[in-house]
Formats: sequence, structure tokens, C-alpha cells
Amino acid sequence: MRHEKERDAILDKVYDSQRNVEMKIFRKLYHVTSIVFCLFLIALLLVTISWLPASGTVERPVNNEVSSRYIEKGLEETGAINIVAGMILDYRAFDTLGESHVLFVATITVLVLLRLNKTEKHEVEINDRQFEPKNDTILQFVATFLVPIIIIFGIYIILNGHLGPGGGFSGGAVIGAGLVLYLNAFGFAKTERFFTEKTYKGVCFFSLSFYCLAKSYSFYTGANHLHSVIPKGTPGAILSSGLILPLNIAVGLVVACTIYAFYAMFRKGGF
Amino acid sequence: MTAFQGILMVFLIICAVSVSFSKNLLNSILIYMSFSLIMSMLWICLESPDLAITEAAVGAGITSVLFFVTLKKIHAIETAKPGKKEEKDSE
Amino acid sequence: MGPNLLANYGEAVSAVLFCIGFTNLLLQNNLIKKIIGLNIMDSAIYLFLAEKGYIAGRVAPIVVDGVTSAESYINPIPSGLVLTGIVVSVSVTALMLSLTIRLYTRYHTLDLDEISTLLKKEGR
Repeated sequence: MRHEKERDAILDKVYDSQRNVEMKIFRKLYHVTSIVFCLFLIALLLVTISWLPASGTVERPVNNEVSSRYIEKGLEETGAINIVAGMILDYRAFDTLGESHVLFVATITVLVLLRLNKTEKHEVEINDRQFEPKNDTILQFVATFLVPIIIIFGIYIILNGHLGPGGGFSGGAVIGAGLVLYLNAFGFAKTERFFTEKTYKGVCFFSLSFYCLAKSYSFYTGANHLHSVIPKGTPGAILSSGLILPLNIAVGLVVACTIYAFYAMFRKGGF
Repeated sequence: MTAFQGILMVFLIICAVSVSFSKNLLNSILIYMSFSLIMSMLWICLESPDLAITEAAVGAGITSVLFFVTLKKIHAIETAKPGKKEEKDSE
Repeated sequence: MGPNLLANYGEAVSAVLFCIGFTNLLLQNNLIKKIIGLNIMDSAIYLFLAEKGYIAGRVAPIVVDGVTSAESYINPIPSGLVLTGIVVSVSVTALMLSLTIRLYTRYHTLDLDEISTLLKKEGR
């Protein structure tokens, strides 16, 4: 017992950053070294940048035959007017599939880190609303008008992903933001009617497996990707460009669910 | 367009520096929010509207909301303004 | 110094932003400010990539009136790369913030020095 107390006193002395001289010197040295290192890094990067080819010109090495191939053949081969959407969902669709899985894995990891059992959950729910009014009339009134508009805008962005700027990622984020606003205005009791852990599991599972199956058909048809059996349609129509529209919808659903799930888990440690 | 881009970039650097020098955590998150908003304007100038929509929804919206919820969880918003808390206690 | 520092002002700004974020990571003790610094570094990299693909006088890669010549649009590849990067950065931020909450519930502080001191005291 006495030993432990003496040990505690010694440890307090050793780790007291105000009085321990060695620690003080180390900290000062650390600060000076890191500032010098950052200044050196800034100088190095600026000198490197000053030797790069001038910005905004065609002569940069990044503007090579790959990008001109995408631009020239993109409309013909993918049917998408937005070349960026055609690129990330047709030429490089496996990249996007991996990224959707990154979102899913991140959600699961946050759930593992922040999960609470039932009694703790109840306490957190009570504490959560301690510092704010329970039914804010102004917030609810504004949310009644804003939430449908935000969600319709998100759906518009997703469905027009191949026709204009937008796509699954941005539209899903907008829908997720609308759901977060709805949750803030009306509380968990209202959102749990349509969004629980089961909904999240189902939507993510079906979207990701649909994406996976839809993009891997090129393997069981002999990896002959360009001769797709799915019609391209006329460019500019909403039902065109083959698989890009359903893939956009799948990605949008995953992103929207992920963002709502992040917020719900941060608020009360579960859905 | 270049003058406008220059102004936006100066604002970016000012925001990034003042994030590190602000004492209040809530302030620094608000400044980061404006940083993301300026960034999304810059994407329009660089002819990438896809990125502008995504950055406006994700950077200025979702990320900041997650930061706010974290601050609320760790009770940093209440301790960040001790003056107001004293008023509440005296009442 | 090379000849193109003023012409490459976008890249120069992204380098400065990267170093500001890196300094934040090295010198801030507060975990939340460290995470904001990492986000600023992310944005600097995205700005650098987008500046690479930008070509003056051309429009965004959305086909107008069926014109598909490579001379009329900017480079679409950096846009695609950055688009995926922005969404991944959100999940990284959420992961780091949840780790911060766990650290706070255990040690009741956000200061990294205090946390490491407490850790050393525990690990005797």
C-alpha cells in the first residue's frame, strides 16, 4: 500500500510537465523542430511547383491520351452525357464498388465503437435532450416545408446523374442531410417508424449485392464488356446509358443510409 | 475569373490559419465550415460542378454536423462559454 | 526557383494549405483540432488534383450539342478521383470522431499529452 503511494508520487513528479526540466526541454525542441520542418516542407513544395508546367495549359502530362479517349468515345460507349459519371460508373465501376464498401465498413466500425446496451441507451436518450427544447415549434414548422424539398432535390440529383452534374454520391449526401434535419426536428420516435437497424441492413445488402452482380456480368459473359446486351437508349433521355442509372440509385441509397446512420449512432449509439 | 479565384484562395488560407489559432472549439468548427463553402465555390471556378455539389453537401453539411454532435457528446459546448453558465447558475 | 511559380498559383495555395494542416497535426494538442487539420490536408490534395486537370477556356465535361472532340472539355479523370475521395474523407472523419468520443468517455479529456500521461501511469 505504502509502496504504491510512493510510486504514485514519483510518477506524478516524473510526468509533471510544469516542473520536469527534461520534459520541458523536449517539448520546446519538439516545437522548434516541427516548425522548422514545416517551413522546409513549404519551401520544398513551392520550389517543386515552380518547375511544373504552367497551370491551365494543354501541355501538362496529365492531359494524355487516356482523357481524350474518355471524352471522344465516352458518349458512344457508355451513353452518358456527363462524362465523369460515365467514367466512374462504367469504365472504372469497380473502383466505385470498392468505395461503397468503404462506406459500409466505416459504418460497421463506428457501430462497434459507439454501441451501447439497452439501459445505457435509455440514459443517453434522456440526457441527449436535456439542453434543448423538446418540441421546437419554429424548427418543426420550417422542417415541414424544407424536408420534402431537400429530399426531392436529392432524388433529382441522383436520377439526373448521367445527364448533368451530380450522381449517387452527391444526391445521397443531400438525402442524408434531409433525413438528419427531419430527425432533429421530430425526434427518434418519428424516424424509427421507417428507419431501423433492419432497414439499414436490408438496403445496404441489396444495393451492394445488386451493384456487384450488375457489374460482374461482364465476367460470366466472357469479360467482353463493350458488347453489352443492355440497350444504351438515346443520349439525353432519362432511361438511357445502360446500367449507369440503376448503379447511381444503388450508390445513392448506400450513401444516404450511411450518413443517416452516422448521425444516429453519434447521437444515441445505435439506430 | 482569375481575380475572383485569387480572392477565394486568400480566404482559404486565412480560414485555415484561423482554425489553428482560435481558442474556442465551436469557433474553429464554424470556420472549417466556411472553409468548405469557399472550397465548393472554387470547384465551380475550376469547372467541376460534380465536386461543387458533393463538397457543399458533404464538407459544409455532414462533416460539420458530425463535429457538432461530437462536441455535444463530450460536453465541450457548455464548458466553452463559462460566462453564460455562471449566469444560468445564478438564476 | 523555376519560372512558373506565379502561373501555378493554385498549386502553390494547395501546398501552403497542406503545410498548414500538417503543422496543425504536429503542434495542436486538441484531438478535434487535429482532425480538422487532417481535413484541411485532404482539401489541399483535392485542390491540387483539380488544378492539374483544369485547362483554361474549356468547359466542364458534360457533352453539349453532341460535340465530342477532346479540344472542348477539361480533363475528367481528376474530377472522378476527387469525387470518390471526398466521400471517403467523410467516413474517415466519422471514424476518428467516434474514436475521440471513446477516448473522452475513458479519460475525460481531449488533450493528447494528458491522455498519454494517464496511459503511462496506468501501464506501470
